[in-house]
Amino acid sequence: MSSGAAIHPLARPEARNPGMMLDRGVLDALRVNLSASERRAATLGARRTVKKEWQAAWLLKAIACMDLTTLSGDDTPGRVERLCAKALRPVRQELLDALGCGALGLTVGAVCVYPTLVATAVKALKGSRIPVASVATGFPAGLTPMAARLTEIKVAVADGAAEIDIVITRAHVLTGDWDALYDEVKTFRAACGPVHMKAILATGELATLRNVAKASWVAICAGADFIKTSTGKEPVNATLPVALTMARMIRAYHQATGIRIGFKPAGGISTAKDALGYLLLMNEELGRAWLEPSLLRLGASTLLTDIERQLEHLASGRYSAAHRHPMG
Amino acid sequence: MTIAEIYARMDYGPAPEDAADARAWLAQHQQAGLFIGGKFVTPRSKAWFDTINPATSKNLARIAQAGASDIDAAVAAARKAQPGWAKAGGHARARYLYALARLVQKHSRLLAVLETLDNGKPIRETRDIDIPLVARHFYHHAGWAQLLESEFPAYEPVGVAGQIIPWNFPLLMLAWKIAPALAAGNTVVLKPAEFTSLSALAFAELVIEAGLPAGVVNIVTGDGRTGELIVGHKGIDKLAFTGSTEVGRKIRAATAGSGKKLTLELGGKSPFLVFDDADIDGAVEGLVDAIWFNQGQVCCAGSRLLVQESVQDTVIAKVKARMQKLRVGDPLDKAIDIGAIVAPVQLARIEKLVAAGKAEGATLWQPDWARPKEGCFYPPTLFTGVSPSSTIVQEEIFGPVLVAMSFRTPAEAVALANNTRYGLAASVWSESLSLALDIAPKLKAGVVWINSTNMFDAAAGFGGYRESGFGREGGREGLYEYLRPAWERRAKPYSAITPPSARKTRSHRTQGEGESLPPIDRTAKMYIGGKQTRPDGGHSRRVSAADGTLLGAVGEGNRKDIRDAVEAASKAEAWSKLSGHARAQILYFIAENLSARAAEFTQRIAAMTGATKAQARREVEASIRRLFTYAAWADKYDGAAHAVPIRGQALAMPEPLGVVGVVAPDEAPLLAFVSMAAPLLAMGNRVVAIPSESYPLAATDLYQVLDTSDLPGGALNIVTGARDVLAKTLAEHDGVDALWYVGSAPGSASVERASIGNLKQCWVNYGKQRDWYDAEAGEGRDYLRRATQVKNIWIPYGE
Repeated sequence: MSSGAAIHPLARPEARNPGMMLDRGVLDALRVNLSASERRAATLGARRTVKKEWQAAWLLKAIACMDLTTLSGDDTPGRVERLCAKALRPVRQELLDALGCGALGLTVGAVCVYPTLVATAVKALKGSRIPVASVATGFPAGLTPMAARLTEIKVAVADGAAEIDIVITRAHVLTGDWDALYDEVKTFRAACGPVHMKAILATGELATLRNVAKASWVAICAGADFIKTSTGKEPVNATLPVALTMARMIRAYHQATGIRIGFKPAGGISTAKDALGYLLLMNEELGRAWLEPSLLRLGASTLLTDIERQLEHLASGRYSAAHRHPMG
Repeated sequence: MTIAEIYARMDYGPAPEDAADARAWLAQHQQAGLFIGGKFVTPRSKAWFDTINPATSKNLARIAQAGASDIDAAVAAARKAQPGWAKAGGHARARYLYALARLVQKHSRLLAVLETLDNGKPIRETRDIDIPLVARHFYHHAGWAQLLESEFPAYEPVGVAGQIIPWNFPLLMLAWKIAPALAAGNTVVLKPAEFTSLSALAFAELVIEAGLPAGVVNIVTGDGRTGELIVGHKGIDKLAFTGSTEVGRKIRAATAGSGKKLTLELGGKSPFLVFDDADIDGAVEGLVDAIWFNQGQVCCAGSRLLVQESVQDTVIAKVKARMQKLRVGDPLDKAIDIGAIVAPVQLARIEKLVAAGKAEGATLWQPDWARPKEGCFYPPTLFTGVSPSSTIVQEEIFGPVLVAMSFRTPAEAVALANNTRYGLAASVWSESLSLALDIAPKLKAGVVWINSTNMFDAAAGFGGYRESGFGREGGREGLYEYLRPAWERRAKPYSAITPPSARKTRSHRTQGEGESLPPIDRTAKMYIGGKQTRPDGGHSRRVSAADGTLLGAVGEGNRKDIRDAVEAASKAEAWSKLSGHARAQILYFIAENLSARAAEFTQRIAAMTGATKAQARREVEASIRRLFTYAAWADKYDGAAHAVPIRGQALAMPEPLGVVGVVAPDEAPLLAFVSMAAPLLAMGNRVVAIPSESYPLAATDLYQVLDTSDLPGGALNIVTGARDVLAKTLAEHDGVDALWYVGSAPGSASVERASIGNLKQCWVNYGKQRDWYDAEAGEGRDYLRRATQVKNIWIPYGE
């Protein structure tokens, strides 16, 4: 664990989100046009691109912003330990050296696991600055009793989780019960205490971009530090139009309060190109500050391998194979 | 810069497109010459000029300046090829067009890079927008070629088309011109703009590769002088021009009376309306596509931002924030939003208009980053604090300059949007479908994009209202511009009829009664605004019978009568707003009342024209039938829902032209008058009609028929007098949107020449007679098509 580079000013932890009262007038006035959003999302990747050294730097940043994740029924302590080892050394040192980045002290943004595996991860990452994130509140559907959901948060925090990824009750969105959603997220936030909270909206189950916008706004007002697209278990996970919609809510909140909310797309982000798409979107819609792990996380499990292959290609000029890169 | 440094800064680096293939092509085409008769030839003019890359100001190649003998050769080649091309049939032409589409795709990157080098537009646009639309246009029109005989059975190709295209979308405009022309069986002589000839020359090579017969496509390069040679060439049957309104006006004047079919695609100052219930972020992004697309050098650029007052501050703040993020620079860089302005002269024009804006007190805002120092670049620019009277609000800037104003109500939004001489396009942003779909038909624009902007497709017509030109490109409506009704070829020359001058004795023949008493004087006045009004000048003219006896008198109309009639027609908007069904009822009613007085009209026609009773009776009957025909059509001439490649619809709606002048011929004085006025009325136009000069009573006798038929005042106005003199006044009137003239060849030329003030659409007969009894020549869809203009409303949807 070397730490040659100083922390970039923008990479420092963000101030907590104090939240704000839910203004129904603001909420009711939210409008999102699907076709216009799709057009912006589709052309963004054509308007901006990064090549060569810039591509390498941006891909390294994607790694720094990655929540390296395992959320499977067959997760075991051994699997989590292997993932943590990868989190500490996400890219082969000789490859980083070849890119002139050997002294960056590159790690992923966090390791994300189920609550019962938090302790294992914390132990495996001991001595590093990598936080452990835990899903909670009846992940992925969020339909267990409220007491159980709150208990999950408390247990995970007690075991050393530094970040909690909660899931919202989709029914509140689908029935338009925004007050209930607000109260729910606020309750979760209180249970998290000093621990950063990411609110998973499960956008693939919210049906419309307008619902995504409203759910984003409510979760932010209720005190979420991050808003996150998906559990990875919905039929549709992170998409660029959804990310665009959420980013614009983050922007609106920042303009209104000066508070910066983080964004985490998750699920289905498996290629370097996908990852760059989200980075470009953040930079264009929100700005430079959202290109740091303090405000951007990419929830992913297989993405890292593809990024490593791209980096090796950039370093060597040869196309790389997956087996050349250590598994997570 | 090291990767570690970039990692800290997270900025964008260069992302250049590989231009090696295009440079190799350029090396081989330093003096390509002209493409005439299927091969590249050295210009007989021996004149050449340089074409530059506006991003670097460096020379790219030498372009031939075609002279008179070159144009002669090109037109001769096209003329020679045309009969064979037409005779080859739709299927054969479809194969060639299909091949061209495929070749455009196969060479898409070369064409994209070449276009960017020559024009300065970003490679992202040429690669993602221009070239794919070019291929799409040829595919779509390959389809039209295939279907031509079955879908347009009564039409034939116009002949040789002269086509002059602008520099803003060089290859795309070429495709818009060439594809429909070839599909319809025409051959072409096309001139690219002098700043951007290269992609057209590269296309010529694709024409060779596709194996098109020699002479079907001819490409002649050169500046405005070459354009003038094409415009003035006698061997050309059809002219299609895209460019400035100023040049369009010159072309209209130069071709007046020549019989050349003409389409003009001209300038614009298109409004971009944002209502308070819009997706504001979406709208702001739309604005980027509206005014910062192609450096704002787009005829349909959304250059006038109109924002509802309640959200004005929010919108302007967001626009500025968005502008700050735009990147201007090397067009070959893939991560550039705005490339180079096409040429120094255009940059100077932009700078001059921006200076005028500042001088008039408007507030200028530009991002704080610096624009490139070399090459022709201009930063995105926003003007606030402007009003409709500001120069920069009225003038087309054709650059990345936006002007912003506010409105309070939907009605005010429409009024501001329509407060322009132009009428090309408009963009409407609202999440309320009822609001957006209420606004769209009220906008005077050929294309309306709802919650979107600058969307184009070969299946949807594109073209303007007002001084943005006439004619449509794309879709079925665009194909008609390259076809003509087969009957036109059969038409005989028109000859005016001069009845003997009236003797001063009054004929009693038409009075028919009151042998012992003198007849009651009956002098027809003008029919204006639903009332009979005395002629302004206080003069009347005698109307004599075929045998020279005096039949009566009509008012001697003058300029002021025309003025009053147009005024009345302008005010009669209610007629345009009536449903098709309601208009049909009134046309049926006119027919019914005419029928009730058939004997009287028969007698009148016979007396005036010397026709036999039977002949006159036939004309009255035909007129009644014709009224029935257009009453029938009034609620049936539908638009179309075009199949464009979006999730949504492009609705092609035929709309009335507005106020239309009708100048009726002498032959069949009642039938011709009815045949011209009825389709216009059926489609919701308000008409100012000048009846036959020799036989005006057939029309003036209609006053009482109209009065008893519930026709609202002002829908049809009739002014009698010296026909061609009045016609000229009508043609010059800027409040008249279109003019139908049937009369002599000089008269046709005169109205076309006089029409340039507001570029009204003229439909004239060039001195050819029309057989009013013929079902194809005298009535039908062609009349309805010309009585309307198509508005395409793009409606993307989805929630």
